[in-house]
Amino acid sequence: MNDSVAGIGARVLRREDFRFIKGRGKYVDDMVLPRQTYAAIVRSPHAHATINSIDSSAASAMPGVVKILTATDFEAFGGVPCGWLVNSQNGDPMVEPKHPILAEGKVRHVGDPIAVVIANTRGQARDAADAVEVDYSALPAVVSMRQAIDNPPAAVHDDAANNVCYDWAIGDKAEVDAAFASAAHVTRLEFTNNRVSPNAMEPRCAIGDYDTSNGDYTLYTTSQNPHVIRLLMGAFVLSIPEHKLRVYSPDVGGGFGSKIYHYAEEAIVTVAAKVLGRPVKWTSDRTEAFISDAHGRDHVTTAELAMDADGKFLGLRCDTLANMGAYLSTFAPCVPTYLHATLLAGQYKTPLIYCNVKAVFTNTVPVDAYRGAGRPEATYLLERVIDKAAREMKLDPAEIRRRNFIQPEDFPYQTPVALVYDIGDYEATLAAALKASDWDGFAARKAEAKSRGKLRGIGLSCYIEACGIAPSAVVGSLGARAGLYEAATIRVNPTGSISVLTGSHSHGQGHETTFAQVVAEQLGQPIDNIDIVHGDTARIPFGMGTYGSRSIAVGGTAIVKAVDKIIAKGKKIAAHLMEASADDVVFENGMFKVAGTDKEIDFGSVALTAYVPHNYPLDEIEPGLEETAFYDPANFTFPAGSYVCEVEIDPETGVVEVCSMHASDDFGEIINPMIVEGQVHGGLVQGIGQALLEQAVYDDNGQLLTASYNDYTMPRADDMPNFTVDHQITACTHNPLGVKGCGEAGAIGSPPAVINAIVDALGEYGVEHIEMPATPRKVWRAIHSAKN
Amino acid sequence: MQSFNYVKPASLADAAAALSGADDGTVLAGGQTLLPTMKARLAAPSDVVDLGGIAELKGISVSGGTVTIGAMTRHADVAGSADVKGAIPALAALAGGIGDQAVRNRGTMGGSVANNDPAADYPAAVLGLGATVKTTSREIAADDFFTGMFETALAEGEIVTSISFPQPEKAAYAKFPNPASRYAMVGVFVAKTASGVRVAVTGAGNGGVFRVPAYEAALSANFSPDAIADGVVSAADMNSDLHADAEYRAHLVGVMARRAVAAAAG
Repeated sequence: MNDSVAGIGARVLRREDFRFIKGRGKYVDDMVLPRQTYAAIVRSPHAHATINSIDSSAASAMPGVVKILTATDFEAFGGVPCGWLVNSQNGDPMVEPKHPILAEGKVRHVGDPIAVVIANTRGQARDAADAVEVDYSALPAVVSMRQAIDNPPAAVHDDAANNVCYDWAIGDKAEVDAAFASAAHVTRLEFTNNRVSPNAMEPRCAIGDYDTSNGDYTLYTTSQNPHVIRLLMGAFVLSIPEHKLRVYSPDVGGGFGSKIYHYAEEAIVTVAAKVLGRPVKWTSDRTEAFISDAHGRDHVTTAELAMDADGKFLGLRCDTLANMGAYLSTFAPCVPTYLHATLLAGQYKTPLIYCNVKAVFTNTVPVDAYRGAGRPEATYLLERVIDKAAREMKLDPAEIRRRNFIQPEDFPYQTPVALVYDIGDYEATLAAALKASDWDGFAARKAEAKSRGKLRGIGLSCYIEACGIAPSAVVGSLGARAGLYEAATIRVNPTGSISVLTGSHSHGQGHETTFAQVVAEQLGQPIDNIDIVHGDTARIPFGMGTYGSRSIAVGGTAIVKAVDKIIAKGKKIAAHLMEASADDVVFENGMFKVAGTDKEIDFGSVALTAYVPHNYPLDEIEPGLEETAFYDPANFTFPAGSYVCEVEIDPETGVVEVCSMHASDDFGEIINPMIVEGQVHGGLVQGIGQALLEQAVYDDNGQLLTASYNDYTMPRADDMPNFTVDHQITACTHNPLGVKGCGEAGAIGSPPAVINAIVDALGEYGVEHIEMPATPRKVWRAIHSAKN
Repeated sequence: MQSFNYVKPASLADAAAALSGADDGTVLAGGQTLLPTMKARLAAPSDVVDLGGIAELKGISVSGGTVTIGAMTRHADVAGSADVKGAIPALAALAGGIGDQAVRNRGTMGGSVANNDPAADYPAAVLGLGATVKTTSREIAADDFFTGMFETALAEGEIVTSISFPQPEKAAYAKFPNPASRYAMVGVFVAKTASGVRVAVTGAGNGGVFRVPAYEAALSANFSPDAIADGVVSAADMNSDLHADAEYRAHLVGVMARRAVAAAAG
């Protein structure tokens, strides 16, 4: 680490926080364009209904109303596209019904957009939206996935028989069945992975603008990946070529996956801006967010684990129903398949794995990736069934895992579910977690709690994730309709300051700090001389954006590759200036030196020479110092770790208190430990939130009961313990930084640790499982039922 | 929020006039329920009459074993009042546990009691302490004031002006908060007075705040947690929602009552 430049490994305070803490962030909703109008969206109050008529005559006459748009105004355009194709076992492509921008004759979930009212003020638009008269004929709602398949009350889409989108499988079922037939013990668990609402602090917002002088569109939007939106909306929905469409996502207040996707509102404001010749802004309110942002998770799963008499895993057999909601969101089909079933080896040498996934349409908000995306569901499945197996086999939870770990010498390790893990040391993170959590001292703490009338439990979870979603060739073979690489440009300005243009988007991750540290380290330049520029298709060459913990592993590597090109060119310039061979020039701590001599020249002088090429090898190289790299990785990265949770339960009320949560992670090399710890803390809050508090609940009619914070339990600071975290490091083998990614781990590893701890605490009542969220009512019910 | 007329009278008479002259007028106290409801477009009054300018509605006084609190006194003022803490510490503690700091800095006792949200805290204290609600036209005993969910004995245009609480020998409030809203899912106020014990429950009942005569009798004989048990309150009378079914709420009434008694006795 180079201390003088705040390089790799330094706990540099987040440079972006000054503006956030001061309230000077620039979010989309902060923008006010000249002649701006405001859109309010008329949304369906029904889960499933036919639209008989829309009467907007009264609304049109209300004060300030400029325009009202319905589906007929969007007939020229495509539907909202899906970015991933999954094929069924029989080879058929998934059923991919049209997702219209505005409902065409039918609404399929509460919140489905029907009409857009545009007015001079937001209040006028809202008032007039209330006055749009829509006549519906209600249809039966499809809510429960099991019912949707087995006994469908209705068809969400006419072309999806029994509401199945696809019926996919991985693994050889006959081989797995044979392993089960010969097993000494089989553990079985049925459970639901609860549906959650993402709840980014900043609700979504979009402004469309159209320049009548040249036909250029600009979309300002709260996106994690503006280039992807430009591609999806420009190419597939509105047929606007890239050079006529700028997508800009400035400061974005959190995403957690929910701002990856292309949403109808983005197309609505873009189209409306051209229709009106005025900018059109739409800002979601919180309840609108609950009924229009893609939800997460929502799997119903049966998992079976076959073991020999020593607790060695022989086979894993799983069956999952995955809720797609009413339409296919951008990444939805890949979440329960390629981001879930391919992770089912976990940290273990399970030789045979079979997983069947049926994706199901229901009359609910679309479901897509949410922090962890498929990997939390896989980890929860494995770590719950293994914990139950340990209990049944009377093995210590750590011991049964240890007996099945992939060992350091096994890497690279080919799992039976397609992935090849490059490196890891699972014993190291397990040992660290057990030590830090004083696993061996638990009995005394349990006894002390009992003396206070409390039930104390301890739970372990060992997770793995596949991050840095890539390489393109692999994801393409798995159905991705895009490449998954990243791009970066390093622009060294004439005086030696550096602009880093990155395709990764920062919406809470701290890239403006972390990426600058990487460049500072590599170029030996002070961090203050380095700016990270992101979020604007007009400024950034290209980008696939931020999700799947890919920013440092993929985006960071693209930056490193571009800096490598800068250094290579700089060496040629320096060699010319020092009258040496470029092969003899080395670059260290910001200085170009001729090896074995005292000749040296600093980075800034080389930069200036590149832009003032009076003495310059123009016959060999061009002036200027700007380089671009596209990086497409060789493999996923595989962060892993062990989490230990301790809880105390009040048996009278069922209240669960999380007493401690320890995370031992292996993220490979770490750029900024403070930011990594913050990422883990945030992930833990969301993971504990899912385990104890959060659930998006629909009633039988498809009404979302949890459409405000009065009913949706967001985690709060006082729900959380003080976290302890540590890091073990095995460096990723296939990127130059040795990094793996850390953004989702906390949300992946913690839910099963919490539930395992609760089940452990309730052991004396014979409770084998409790569904997430483990609310006081459910925990009390489990105790109460056992007592009676 | 839809458009409305806003008036801020300086006297109760002007407030009454403003209300009677309005199409669909409503009184604004602290606004902690009304304003979010209006913002969500669930209420759209034609006129909002803000009581914040009426000085006589604010303040706390203690005399002759009675604590009198003006209707527009904020929760934070009750929670922080040395007079209330000295006379009825359970009431100050209850006020300090309402909502969050921002709510306590705006919300008022009169607003809470007049709204009679079935999950609000103050109704439990008013009923549990046997308080008297004073209005622009009369005095109403707590037992007659709360008539059902969001329903009170207040007539059209009648405004709560103050509430008088007799000082008990001992009292405590135990609340089980709703995990999401942090309103009372079950809140039990227990007061031991010279004339016996009163037990009032908020959050749980499907008719709003209610008393538990069986507990009151048992505790009047023996003021100890052991004197009361589960099963006294019928699940049939309890609310049921996604956070707590009726049986769980009925059970929690017993748990919270015992905890309130233990806190009061301790």
